[in-house]
Amino acid sequence: MFRPSLSLRGLGLIASGVFVSCLLASFPARAELTVEITGAGANRIPVAIADFGGDFASARAVTGVARSDLDHSGLFRMVDTAGVSMNETASPAFDEWKNRGADALAAGSVRSGGEGRLETRFQLYDVARQAPLGGEALMSPPNMLRAAGHRIADFIYEKLTGERGIFSTRIAYVVKSGPARYELRIADADGQNAQAALISREPIISPAWSPDGSRLAYVSFENKKPIVYVHSLVSGQRVVIANFKGSNSAPAWSPDGSQLAVTLSKEGGSQIFMIDADGSNAQRLSVNSSINTEPFFSPDGRTLYFTSDRGGSPQIYSMPVGGGDIRRITFDGNYNVSPRISPDGRTMAFITQHDGAFRLAVMDLASRQVQVLTDSTKDESPSFAPNGRMILVATEVGGRGVLSSVSVDGRIKQRLSIPAGDVREPAWGAYRR
Amino acid sequence: MKHFIIPALILLLAAGCGSTPDADQPPAAVETRGGESDRITTVDAGNMDSRGLPPELTDAKSILSKRSVYFDYDKFDIKPEFSSLVVAHAKFLTDNRRFRMLIQGNTDDRGSREYNLALGQKRADAVKQQLLHLGAREEQVEAVSLGEEKPRDPGQNEAAWAENRRADMLYSGEF
Repeated sequence: MFRPSLSLRGLGLIASGVFVSCLLASFPARAELTVEITGAGANRIPVAIADFGGDFASARAVTGVARSDLDHSGLFRMVDTAGVSMNETASPAFDEWKNRGADALAAGSVRSGGEGRLETRFQLYDVARQAPLGGEALMSPPNMLRAAGHRIADFIYEKLTGERGIFSTRIAYVVKSGPARYELRIADADGQNAQAALISREPIISPAWSPDGSRLAYVSFENKKPIVYVHSLVSGQRVVIANFKGSNSAPAWSPDGSQLAVTLSKEGGSQIFMIDADGSNAQRLSVNSSINTEPFFSPDGRTLYFTSDRGGSPQIYSMPVGGGDIRRITFDGNYNVSPRISPDGRTMAFITQHDGAFRLAVMDLASRQVQVLTDSTKDESPSFAPNGRMILVATEVGGRGVLSSVSVDGRIKQRLSIPAGDVREPAWGAYRR
Repeated sequence: MKHFIIPALILLLAAGCGSTPDADQPPAAVETRGGESDRITTVDAGNMDSRGLPPELTDAKSILSKRSVYFDYDKFDIKPEFSSLVVAHAKFLTDNRRFRMLIQGNTDDRGSREYNLALGQKRADAVKQQLLHLGAREEQVEAVSLGEEKPRDPGQNEAAWAENRRADMLYSGEF
């Protein structure tokens, strides 16, 4: 497989109006997406990750990933450790770390764990209270050291913010690299370690992760029309779940993973159906002659949000899965599409158009308050991180498709791009088990 | 057909009933045929192209060689200037019941990919409904959408967008 090799670059960072240059660890190989931070939170927690002891190269790889994850999150500021090496059993010189400005300190080591595996151990400390915050031991094959780095970042993130981290999750996206080359890729949440799940001469759109993270549903045009597949990532086995007369598209998993909502035109128009995950038992849900598409489940599985032009312009509506009243959700503007509901069910991300510009917006579903999060012109296909903190969205910069990761308050922004490639259709996967 | 199958079956059965040939014996020589006397010269009567399509569908002088119906922005109704084209294809499908057509609806690339897929479907469905209304049969016509995914003109200007707001009528062999 062709992997354009490219190192991760931090291109600068704007925090509360101050330009801070930021130097990030560069990875040996395989980096595919470049990451550019275009906005960050105002109050970043200062964290120090000392150089880990043990095998030097392995330790550097692990700490490099953990530091980069936390730095990119926009919630942390990495404190300069001045090359201090420290393993998990050493007693920290807390006053020194306090003087360096660190609120928290991590130390650890990477050593052979036997059977060709590497064992990473680390300990996190609260510098102000001079107390340990816990630690872990992680075993990984040598080519999976990044996973240990992500896991450390998740641990630190959770201890310091009280929320679960998303650094160990994966993302899916489509790269168009030529007139007839489309790749559905799976990468770590930081855009690295990308692998192609599907390569096709025809377009691939609308990837959707199964709730357990083992499968992707998507729409492929490989047979000259849109057909919905479910693809098991480990085996590569693909099952056609909707190939009816007409178009088949817009797959959305029910939270229990047993069914999908899909848009089918088999009965004329674009209507929403429920279908079992093996492709059987298609049941029509929407009963309306207008366009009804882009279904998305509420986290409790009881409500479907969707896009419809029944009111004359595309707007977002909701309907109970079991049948009942359809409610219009968006009213402001003449183009509101692509609803995605946050994992806690409280926020809806969607795309809204004003003056010809398509932008990512969020709505607080209780108050119906809307906030537009970007100033782009071609945002598409939003996708929540499993902790609900960030939204991945496709956008365009200089005529090329890139991915943008935006915090729900709009303050933290990163951009992921591939040189000479058009990146689109992002989908953020579930927590790993 | 039946008349050929039955004697053939009888022959096969008869052959099966015969004694098993001795494996040690070389098979009897069979006279092969070949040479100039068996050469077949294909005559093209001029009524099919390489995809099996009659010239009336592909000859640039025939209205049936035109396959695209264009739509206005966010519109799905067939404009009057395209009605004679749709009428001609409906007549062809009515007169040629063995022919099958795939209608691919397309949109410009502004907005949501999935919503555009539904818009393209609406355009393809509009052409299909007109064809059925004029005599084509349901089993002859399938309407699908390519949405914004296969732009004929990838440009970002009004002329390109207009080119992409289109439904194409394709016959078997063309898709």
